[in-house]
Amino acid sequence: MSEAVIQVQGLTTRFGATVVHRGLDLEVRRGEILGVVGGSGTGKSVLLRACIGLVRPVAGEVRLFGERLDGPAGDALRRRFGVLFQNGALFSSLTVAENVAFPLVEHLGLPRPEALELARARLALAGFPLEAAERYPKALSGGMVKRAALARALALEPELLFLDEPTAGLDPITAGAFDRLVVTLRDALGLTVFLVTHDLDTLYAACDRVAVLARGRVLVADTLARVRDTDDPWIREYFHGPRGRAAAAAQR
Amino acid sequence: MAQSQPTAPASSPGRRDDFLEVRRRADGGAVLVLRGAWVTARWRELPRALPVAAETVAALDIAQLTALDSAGASRLAALLGAQRLQALAAALPAERRALLERVAASLAAAGSPPAPAPRDLFAPLVALGRTTSRGLAHLRLLVGFLGLVLVRLGIALLTPHRLRLTATVHQMQAAGLEAVPIVTLLSFLVGAVVAFLGATVLQVFGAGIYTVDLVAYSFLREFGVLLAAILLAGRTASSFAAQLGTMKVNEEIDALETLGLDPVEVLVIPRVVALLVVFPLLSFLAMAAGLAGGAAVALVELAVSPARFLAIVEEVPVRHFWVGMGKAPLFAFTIALIGCLEGFKVTGSASSVGDRTTSAVVQAIFFVILFDALAALFCMEMGW
Ligand SMILES: Nc1ncnc2c1ncn2[C@@H]1O[C@H](COP(=O)(O)OP(=O)(O)O)[C@@H](O)[C@H]1O
Ligand SMILES: [Mg+2]
Repeated sequence: MSEAVIQVQGLTTRFGATVVHRGLDLEVRRGEILGVVGGSGTGKSVLLRACIGLVRPVAGEVRLFGERLDGPAGDALRRRFGVLFQNGALFSSLTVAENVAFPLVEHLGLPRPEALELARARLALAGFPLEAAERYPKALSGGMVKRAALARALALEPELLFLDEPTAGLDPITAGAFDRLVVTLRDALGLTVFLVTHDLDTLYAACDRVAVLARGRVLVADTLARVRDTDDPWIREYFHGPRGRAAAAAQR
Repeated sequence: MAQSQPTAPASSPGRRDDFLEVRRRADGGAVLVLRGAWVTARWRELPRALPVAAETVAALDIAQLTALDSAGASRLAALLGAQRLQALAAALPAERRALLERVAASLAAAGSPPAPAPRDLFAPLVALGRTTSRGLAHLRLLVGFLGLVLVRLGIALLTPHRLRLTATVHQMQAAGLEAVPIVTLLSFLVGAVVAFLGATVLQVFGAGIYTVDLVAYSFLREFGVLLAAILLAGRTASSFAAQLGTMKVNEEIDALETLGLDPVEVLVIPRVVALLVVFPLLSFLAMAAGLAGGAAVALVELAVSPARFLAIVEEVPVRHFWVGMGKAPLFAFTIALIGCLEGFKVTGSASSVGDRTTSAVVQAIFFVILFDALAALFCMEMGW
C-alpha cells in the first residue's frame, strides 16, 4: 500500500476565539490527487497553511514525508513541496521568468542565465506561452498567472504540490485545461497533490479522493463515488444540488 | 545495505562525458547512452551539446540512467529537439516515457521566447530624452490635476452639502491632530538651536538680547510654516500616495468610477480641505513651539525672563506673522495635491506604490522649499 506523504493528526487551529479545526485527521498518499472541499470559511485555506507551516497549530501535528516542518529537517522539507497560492502571489517587481528563476538562484545557486533557461523549461511544462515570459505579472491574464505560479511552485522539482483553489476565477475552458494539466503533471512527474477547490468539475476531472471539511473536522475522505453517497446534509446539498448534478452529468 | 553493493563505475560528478556517450549500432545508427542523474541539482553539469548530429541519433539507452526529472528532460529536449525526443521516447518504458513526452510536447507547444533587443549605442541619449519628456509630461499632468482639483474644490465650496464631512474630519485627525506631538517637539528643538546659534554669535558683539528677535523673525516669517510643511510632506504626502496607490492596485478607484462617483470629489477634495484647515493651525503651533524653544534657551543662556522675551516678541511688527501664515494654504495645497496625484499614478504593482510614495515626498519637499524661496524673494522686493 502506498505510504502517506501528508499526515495530519488531531490538528486544532484557532484565531483568537474562533476555533477553525477541532482535532482534524487527514492522510494524503503518495501519487494521489486529494481534493479538499467544504463551504466557504470552513478552514480549507487554513488547513493548507497549517500543512506548509504558515499557521501554527494549537494542538496536534502535521507530518510531511514523516517529518515535522518545525523539526530539524524543516529546511530540507521545504524544498520538497511547492505551493500555488490562491491569487498566484507572483512577485510583482519581477518578470514571469525571473519569478520562476528566483528559487533556482536562491536555493540551487544557479547563475542568472542558467536559472532563466531552466525557468523557461518549467514555464513550458506548466503550459505558459514563452513569448510572454518577459512580462510583468500585472500584464498577465488570470489563467496565465495561475500557470506562471504553478511553474514557480514546480521550480525546485517538488514531490508534493499544494494548490489553493487553482481554478477559481478562471473561465470554464481555461479551468478545464488547468485540471488536465494538473493530472498530466502528476502522471509525468510522479507528484502528490493537495488540492483545495470549490469547483465540482475539478473534483470530477482531477481528483482521486475527496476530503470534505465541515465543523472543524474531515467528515469523510474517500473516492468521489463513496463521498457522494455519504449521508450528510451539506454533502447532499453540494453534490446533489443543481450544480453538482450538472457537473456529474458533464462527466458522463 | 547500500554499502554492501559494489560502487558504480567511476562517476565523478564534474565530468561532462559521464552523462552521455554515443555507441554505434551494427546498422550504423547512433545510440545515445544516458548515465547518472539528469536532475535539477545537476543542471549546470548536464551536457550542452551532442557529440553527433541530433538527426543521426536512432535510439536512447537509459539502462544506466539513475534519475531523471523535468529539468533533465528539458535539457534532453534542447539537445535533441522536441520532435526528435518525442519520437525516441516512444520506445522507452512507460514511466520514463510519460515525463519525456510531456516535456517535449510542452516545449513544442510553448513557442520560443522573444529575441533580446539589440544593443543600442545611443541608449544613454535615448534615456536622457525619455527622462526629459517624462518630466515635461509630468508637469503637464500636475498642472492639469491642479486645474481639475481647483474646479472640484470650487464646486464643493459652492455646494457645501456635497463635501464629505466624515472623510474630511477623519483626514484632519490623521494629518493634523496626530501630527501635533512631532511638529511641536521638532519646532521646539529647532527654536532652541536657532537661539543657541544667535546667543553664541551675537554675544561676541554684546548684542545677545537680539537673539530674541532672531528667533521671533525666523519663526514667524519662515521656520514655523516651513518646518510644519516639511514634516507634513514626509508624513502626509507619503500616506496620501500610499493610500490612493493601494486603492488603485485593488481597482477600488475603478470601482468608484463605475459606481458613478468622481474619485477626485470622493478622495481628493476631503484631503485637500482637511490640509487647508489643519495646516495653518499646525504652522501656528510650530511658530509657538519654536518661540518656546528660543525662550527656554534665552532664559538659560542669556538670563532673559520669559516675560521680557514675550515683551520683545510683541514689538515685532505683526506683518511678519502674516507673511508666514500667508504661505500656509499654498503649502497645504501643494502637499495634498502632489500626494494625491502620485497615488493616482500608481500602476498596479507593490513596487510602483513604493516608487510613487517616495516620489511624492521628494516632490512635495522640493516644491515647498522652491515656493518658500520664491515667496522670500517676492516679499523682499515688496519690502514686506
Ligand atoms: N489570519 C486570520 N485571522 C483571523 N481569522 C482567520 C485568519 N485566517 C482565517 N481566519 C478564519 O478562519 C476561518 C477559515 O478560513 P479559510 O481557511 O480561509 O476558509 P476557506 O475554507 O474558505 O478557505 C474563517 O472563519 C476565517 O475568518
Ligand atoms: Mg480559501
